[in-house]
Amino acid sequence: MSSTLLYEFIIPLLKVAVVAIYPMLMVIVMIWLERRVVAWIQSRIGPNRVGFQGVLQPFADAIKLFFKENIMQCGADRFIFNVAPVIVLWSALLAFTFVPLGGTMQIGTYNLNFWVAESPVGLLLILGISAISVFGIIFGGWASNSKYPLLGGLRSVVQILSYEIPTGLAVLSVVFFSESMNMIDIVKKQQEMGVWFAFILPVSLIIFWISAVAETNRCPFDLPEGESELVAGFHTEYSGLKFGYFFMAEYAHMVLLSSVVVVLFFGGWLPPFPNVRFLSFLHKVPGFIWYFVKIMFFLYFYIWIRGTFPRYRFDELIKLAWKWLVPLSLLNVMLIALIKVL
Amino acid sequence: MAFKEIELNMGPQHPSTHGVLRLKLAVDNEVVLRVEPVVGYLHRGIEKLCEHHTYFQITPYTDRLDYFAATQNNLAYLLAVEKLAGIEVPKRGQYIRVILAELQRLASHLAWIGFNANDIGAMSVLLYGFAEREGILEIFEEYIGARLTIHSLRIGGVPHDLDAKIISMILAALDSIPARLKDIEMLLSDNRIWKHRTQGVGVIPADEALALGLTGPALRAAGVRWDIRKNIPYSSYEDFDFDVPLGTNSDVYDRYLVRLEEIRQSVRIIRQAIAKLPGGESRATVPKILKIPAGEVFHSIEAPKGELGFYIQANGSEKPERVKIKVPSFINLQSLERMCRGYLIADVVAILGSLDIVLGEIDK
Repeated sequence: MSSTLLYEFIIPLLKVAVVAIYPMLMVIVMIWLERRVVAWIQSRIGPNRVGFQGVLQPFADAIKLFFKENIMQCGADRFIFNVAPVIVLWSALLAFTFVPLGGTMQIGTYNLNFWVAESPVGLLLILGISAISVFGIIFGGWASNSKYPLLGGLRSVVQILSYEIPTGLAVLSVVFFSESMNMIDIVKKQQEMGVWFAFILPVSLIIFWISAVAETNRCPFDLPEGESELVAGFHTEYSGLKFGYFFMAEYAHMVLLSSVVVVLFFGGWLPPFPNVRFLSFLHKVPGFIWYFVKIMFFLYFYIWIRGTFPRYRFDELIKLAWKWLVPLSLLNVMLIALIKVL
Repeated sequence: MAFKEIELNMGPQHPSTHGVLRLKLAVDNEVVLRVEPVVGYLHRGIEKLCEHHTYFQITPYTDRLDYFAATQNNLAYLLAVEKLAGIEVPKRGQYIRVILAELQRLASHLAWIGFNANDIGAMSVLLYGFAEREGILEIFEEYIGARLTIHSLRIGGVPHDLDAKIISMILAALDSIPARLKDIEMLLSDNRIWKHRTQGVGVIPADEALALGLTGPALRAAGVRWDIRKNIPYSSYEDFDFDVPLGTNSDVYDRYLVRLEEIRQSVRIIRQAIAKLPGGESRATVPKILKIPAGEVFHSIEAPKGELGFYIQANGSEKPERVKIKVPSFINLQSLERMCRGYLIADVVAILGSLDIVLGEIDK
């Protein structure tokens, strides 16, 4: 009886708690990492005073944000203005439900799965839920009753809509191979085939990654908040913890999309060369560590790009999506379909 | 999409208007229809203040014009005063002035590259530019004790001679700057995004640039060979061998290339000046109370931002009757609307950056 309670109720509840807290922890890690790595790229030192090597800096920032005054200017739509940051953060956190953070671990007789929910259309759900964040951005931009946020909001609509298409097409080519939209099955298929999809579908990987950077509004596609043009874009008028929500959501989205890239193209929790016999000792390392190492690479990649590239201009951004990525991904999907049929 | 024309206030508090400039933009969606610069937020009445101070006391005020190139402002003012008073600066003093002025040009251009790159989104370059500028500021600190508004020149010459330590510091800085320029070029010059953002943006034909009074690197990027250091040499610039880089397309990219090349040419000038540094005095003897007989003078120099000229009217006393400063940034700002019309909001930032304005100079 007690074991049923444990397996059916307590463990799932703990898993939900872990999955809700995990993106937040990653946000803290990322804020610190980003500031230190960008500082290193720019031959600066970066925050190194609060705690060992500045690791407590994100907490100091959070405390500061917490005590900031919440300003709402005249004419703002009170309800939508307040609900916008919640939508953005919520959409990022909810999507983690379907992300496998590791494989299955056997503890005694119990098989512990490192995911909260398994759905036959998990991939679709993740993309759909994370795309809801665009509503938060539009609402925030529109409800602010200010011109810079309005322009930022308008930009983000066009940007995210444009980049949804190459994302969808890149994902489609993965689904051709995995024959499933279940995130766990996609990883298992890669184990079965003995190769990460990144090596079979490099073009899809590149298209997906570019679109992922664009969808998270990160440099060089950070147009909705391009600080040198639109001051801070859609969140110009936000202060205090409401701004903090947008800020956390950006990082949570980065973690989410890095996880999706890792699952789709880099074998999720699988070690490199999962079926090569003399490398089988790599399976001794728990799956969630492999997963973590891989997403850290992509999160680092985000920062690296930010430290290197200038920002795209709006028309160039749209041109890149519609004149390059969409035709290229269409061609890619057709080729893969053809190969699959033959 | 039908969209109402909206008026957008860019500044005076905006991250990339380089101070307290306010631009009234009329935009249709993101396309700029009109630009109206509103200036005066930093007005301190320097021209009027000059009328109440002696010729010696005015020099530090000129530091506050273009605070990124204080020595250049000093030089323009002092050359005008010396021309009016008939003071001959010794050759060594002139050479040291050239060294300091060119170091200041390097500092100004390096900061500019950083600012413009940051406006376009490449934030690392800002720090690279400033790291090199820091080395130059340290030289000034060693020479005069100050870093920004340094008041490093005096009527009749320079306050101190250059000692061996400063010369070795200068040579070290000159060695590290070209290496850093290579880094910056590697990040920007062939970068697709950078080219998209700068090539063909903010184009102004040479004849219109001349009609609007554009000077400095922005004019040379339009292909007009006008560098006062070459055309009307002052302070012994005729002794040095240097090229005047010219652009062809008159866009933001060419302004960037012209400034990069000007940095290299400044390095060349400083190396020559150090190598050929003549002996003797570095400052002429100037009376403690300088009374200039009635008369007027205009003298202009090639400051990092363009032509910087001082018109001084003397009335026989130790204070000038009237000082009028022709500042490059203010006049260059006129051409902003011509350059921005029809481009996007993001381009306004890039174009404004490419003009290299300093509000201390515009508002005086």
